[in-house]
Amino acid sequence: MKIGYAVPAGLLAASLLFAGCAGKDNSNNDGNNGNSGNNSGNNAAAQAGSGTESVAKAGGETNADFTTAIDEYRKYVIEQCDAFVKQTEGFTDAVKAGKLDEAKTLYAPARMHYERIEPIAEALGDLDPNIDARENDVDAADWRGFHKIEQALWQNNTTEGMTDVADRLLKDAQLLRAKVETAGIDANLLVTGAVELLNEVSSSKVTGEEERYSHTDLYDFVANVEGAQKIYELLKPELAKKDPALEQTIGERFTALTNELAPFKSGEGYVSYETLKPEEVRRLSQNLDALAEPLSNMGTILGV
Amino acid sequence: MNKKDKNSRNKADADHGIPVPETKLFNTKFSRRDMLRLTGASGLGLLLGGGGVGGIMAARQAAGRAVPAAAASGQNEEQADTIPFYGKHQAGILTPAQNFLCFASFDVTTTKVSDLKKLLEDWTAAAAALTSGTMIGTANDKPNLPPTDTGEADGLTPSGCTLTFGAGPALFDSRFGLSGKRPASFTELPAFPGDSLEPQWCGGDLCVQACADDMQVAFHAIRNLARIARGTAVLRWTQEGFQRSGSADPSGGTPRNLLGFKDGTGNPDVTDETQMRNIVWSGSADGPAWMNGGTYLAVRRVRFRIEVWDRSSLSDQEATFGRHRQSGAPIGAGDEFAELNLAAADASGKPVIPPDSHSALAHGDGSVKILRRSYSYSSGMDLKTGQLDAGLVFISFQKDLMKQFVSIQQRLAKNDRLNEYMVHTGSAVFACFPGVREGGYIGELLLEG
Repeated sequence: MKIGYAVPAGLLAASLLFAGCAGKDNSNNDGNNGNSGNNSGNNAAAQAGSGTESVAKAGGETNADFTTAIDEYRKYVIEQCDAFVKQTEGFTDAVKAGKLDEAKTLYAPARMHYERIEPIAEALGDLDPNIDARENDVDAADWRGFHKIEQALWQNNTTEGMTDVADRLLKDAQLLRAKVETAGIDANLLVTGAVELLNEVSSSKVTGEEERYSHTDLYDFVANVEGAQKIYELLKPELAKKDPALEQTIGERFTALTNELAPFKSGEGYVSYETLKPEEVRRLSQNLDALAEPLSNMGTILGV
Repeated sequence: MNKKDKNSRNKADADHGIPVPETKLFNTKFSRRDMLRLTGASGLGLLLGGGGVGGIMAARQAAGRAVPAAAASGQNEEQADTIPFYGKHQAGILTPAQNFLCFASFDVTTTKVSDLKKLLEDWTAAAAALTSGTMIGTANDKPNLPPTDTGEADGLTPSGCTLTFGAGPALFDSRFGLSGKRPASFTELPAFPGDSLEPQWCGGDLCVQACADDMQVAFHAIRNLARIARGTAVLRWTQEGFQRSGSADPSGGTPRNLLGFKDGTGNPDVTDETQMRNIVWSGSADGPAWMNGGTYLAVRRVRFRIEVWDRSSLSDQEATFGRHRQSGAPIGAGDEFAELNLAAADASGKPVIPPDSHSALAHGDGSVKILRRSYSYSSGMDLKTGQLDAGLVFISFQKDLMKQFVSIQQRLAKNDRLNEYMVHTGSAVFACFPGVREGGYIGELLLEG
């Protein structure tokens, strides 16, 4: 989570407003039948300046049906939320019981479920700052959630004074779970959300700022990427129809990034971000940008 | 949205990137400043005759390069502002140096030659758009997609933008099957005495030299080319550069470097085709066919020890350069373009121009020349010392790096008085491809020839 979510969150919020009352019955609430998306922006430069490229098939309809993708995604969000609540409970129990090591072990894996669906949480009012704000993201008096406990566990090496914070965190997690049930999800949110997940990585995980005490940034990194990949998988059939080259490029770059991340696996989890060399961080960042660029053109399936 | 359709015009006069024939001059391809610089530096004015020059000056003055882009509506102004991308040679080599530089070195990350080819094709199309002030791509007004052009140059004139592409020796390793195509004398530079090279300023598989009379236009070019490269190549290093602008020096005199001295006085005449063939262009007999019409670029990031220089006396400074600071003339002479008389001695028999001065060593016996096209740089301050990190982005073009740049640099590195005031922190060499014909792409002959 970071402060700079104002615009995308606003977008998402707008789509929530738009689609919220429709509930699950939002079979055709995506793009408005404009011109069909014509090319992948990824290779659009190839057509630059020549003036000979086939411009958008004017008037082409975009009657893509995203019902299945949206239903599947809601299922995924709920699954992740269920796991998130359950594992957060394990974590907060450990904190409250003063089990420092156990709490440290449970911290990052619990957060991964949240990081996979972060754009949804960000669209749901104050939940994201309450759960995921870092120090200085919010006024000191309002600071709560995971990172406050993270600071206690790793920097102060204690669980002391964290009982209330732990209780509120669990309540916030449960509230999130309750709210996602009815959250409006439309194709636009999927497309925007996938890019947003990678932007999260780009702006805070890559720099090691997200988990500044625990250095478990790679867990979040992987989870954000997995969340984006899930959306891509769900939109893949439609994308393959619209722009097979783009669909293939995105797939290849997910694979490339996953391969880059593989060496940093350690047991069930990931190595401390502190152990990464500067050039390794840069490679991860470059592979992420290489993926996010074509991914940002998935909007082509929404029509224009 | 606001797409400027200038393509047809640009293509019409895009026969080559060398602004040599005088007819070109009358087509207002040159700014008044460039004109003055060329006439001053090369005696081209004689060719044209006094009346001709005066006429051009008047015309150009009326056209006014300083007119803000938005106000420049007529074709002439824009045309004068456009340097053709397609041609026999790449532009940005003989082109009189524009005000600003944005230099980028890339590492190719793909291992597939097909990806590399696609990148060069995409870059070619983008470069044609960027140098003509046209928006890149077609998805610039589609609400659901990120615009293909990043937009910060929308509505700006081409501003004399040139994009010059090259390949580093590293590209000729085993990755793309190009090892057999590396020109024999094209290798990384040997180490020079005193070098203090930092890896983050060295090397690269590909380079793009973007020059323009507007920094935003130059940056826009590099930014968009780097964006297009994502997934295929990544930035390795970039360096921005500047020189005094045309409006700050309407007389178009030789620019001064950050040590306060004129830099470029002894450059060969870019309008002399024979000289350019002998010094700059790789010809059919000089190496592989894919480099026929190309040239080799050496770039050195040279940090000046500005604070040290600033406390040296004027006579020390002049002895260091071998030239007078104010006029740029060789020590003992009054005219900037006076011949460098290295044999001249004073009453006691001491050379007037110190043999270890920068000019004397760079000149040598005068038999080896390069075409310099350097810019100054300022990259903030050195946090360790609190001193300015500023200096020179030295760029030179030559047909043979070893025989030309290396032989001169070896002399300089060993003995140059100037070494006390500077340190080479970055270094790279690139084989700059011949020009691109319309329908072709940058480096086509390398990949397919």
